[in-house]
Amino acid sequence: MCLGIPGEVVELYPDRPDLAKVDVSGVRRAINIGLLEGEEVGPGDWVLIHVGFALSKIDEEEAAAALSFLEGIGQAYDDELAALAESRID
Amino acid sequence: MRFVDEFRDAETARALAARIASLCEPGRHYKFMEVCGGHTHTIYKHGLEDYLPEAVALVHGPGCPVCVIPMGRLDDAIAIAERPDVIMTTFGDMMRVPGGRGSFFDSKANGADIRMVYSPLDSLKIARQNPDRQVVFMAIGFETTAPSTAMTVLRAKAEGIENFSIFCNHVTIIPAIKAILDSPDLRLDGFLGPGHVSTVIGCRPYEFIPALHGKPLVCAGFEPLDILASVAMLLEQLAQGRAEVENQYTRVVPWNGNPKALQVINEVMELRPYFEWRGLGFISHSALKVRDSYAAYDAEARFPVPGVRVADPKACQCGEVLKGVIKPWECKVFGTACTPETPIGTCMVSSEGACAAYYNFGRFTRERVRVAIGP
Repeated sequence: MCLGIPGEVVELYPDRPDLAKVDVSGVRRAINIGLLEGEEVGPGDWVLIHVGFALSKIDEEEAAAALSFLEGIGQAYDDELAALAESRID
Repeated sequence: MRFVDEFRDAETARALAARIASLCEPGRHYKFMEVCGGHTHTIYKHGLEDYLPEAVALVHGPGCPVCVIPMGRLDDAIAIAERPDVIMTTFGDMMRVPGGRGSFFDSKANGADIRMVYSPLDSLKIARQNPDRQVVFMAIGFETTAPSTAMTVLRAKAEGIENFSIFCNHVTIIPAIKAILDSPDLRLDGFLGPGHVSTVIGCRPYEFIPALHGKPLVCAGFEPLDILASVAMLLEQLAQGRAEVENQYTRVVPWNGNPKALQVINEVMELRPYFEWRGLGFISHSALKVRDSYAAYDAEARFPVPGVRVADPKACQCGEVLKGVIKPWECKVFGTACTPETPIGTCMVSSEGACAAYYNFGRFTRERVRVAIGP
């Protein structure tokens, strides 16, 4: 199926600048990074992989921001619940 | 798995469910369309509808590029595949899609050389390894996949490979969304925008939706929390009387898309004047074909194809499912005559199809099980 999945760049190929070796849950394969032309791609970077091509770099800052937003909701919920538990109106 | 597991946390999902419930105006019902087959898949696989209040309904749209290929077009592909000099290569989910006379799988069983590939680059490799055969790649998918096909054609040209061509059935998402909005059958309150198409086209192309139709769109990621967060963002907009394009999937989707990807699509392909979509009929400027300058890589230029229009079987209601007018289980043949093993229509065959998603994740109950929100 044509899913886009995140993978970590582990190695570059000096003689093939359009390829990179990625690790996706332990599976290591070469993929084409030609669509990321103009961007710096190196080991440690995460990319979105789709049918053998990297479509986009995964922005770690944005991922962290999204997660903390989600965690914030979680925390807000827990706080709300804790506050409700403290309430005795009857 | 990094960038995956964190976005599946169950506690946070419950918190999001509570937030969604609190954003719903009492007495109001909401209908959001998710366009992307990948979203349909995630929603059913993780039972996300159980995290939504009764007031919020998710409707599946025509975001499955396999599902929208009409039967006649598949017959054309099979005609090419059955030529003795051809090795047909295709993504796995096309193998069982039924045309008028059977599927790729049936043709393969009858001796046609049809091989499953993960990437168009795998197909190109087969061409390199089999210089005496004609290798054809069945190119399907929205703008997510078109750049990869285009890059492969450019690679074939750079290497001087002459026995490789593509049968181009790439479709574009905006005309499909326009067709939905112009359809009188549906009244939607907003859209969950396709996440991976947007890595290529960016978020701007959706701006006509709030501008012309007054409805919000949130570009959504594919993990359960992404989808729930996006539903919350849609409800927030509606509660505040706003209608805008917002990007929830910021870690992957750049607002302006991928310029290189757009450039390679434009180099190798151009829009067809019109194309037939299963269920939606003929839509103008909604699909891609290979440009004349790359005709050497165009299977339609190289091989004769029947080009016959085949009507869907009478029992098939794929069209209505693709437009979100009916749910999979409302189709008369769902689960009985039409199952993944014996599919009548494409919605049941493709792993991104709404019917397959619904069937495979065991959702036979008509009632939605309410998830207790809270301890």
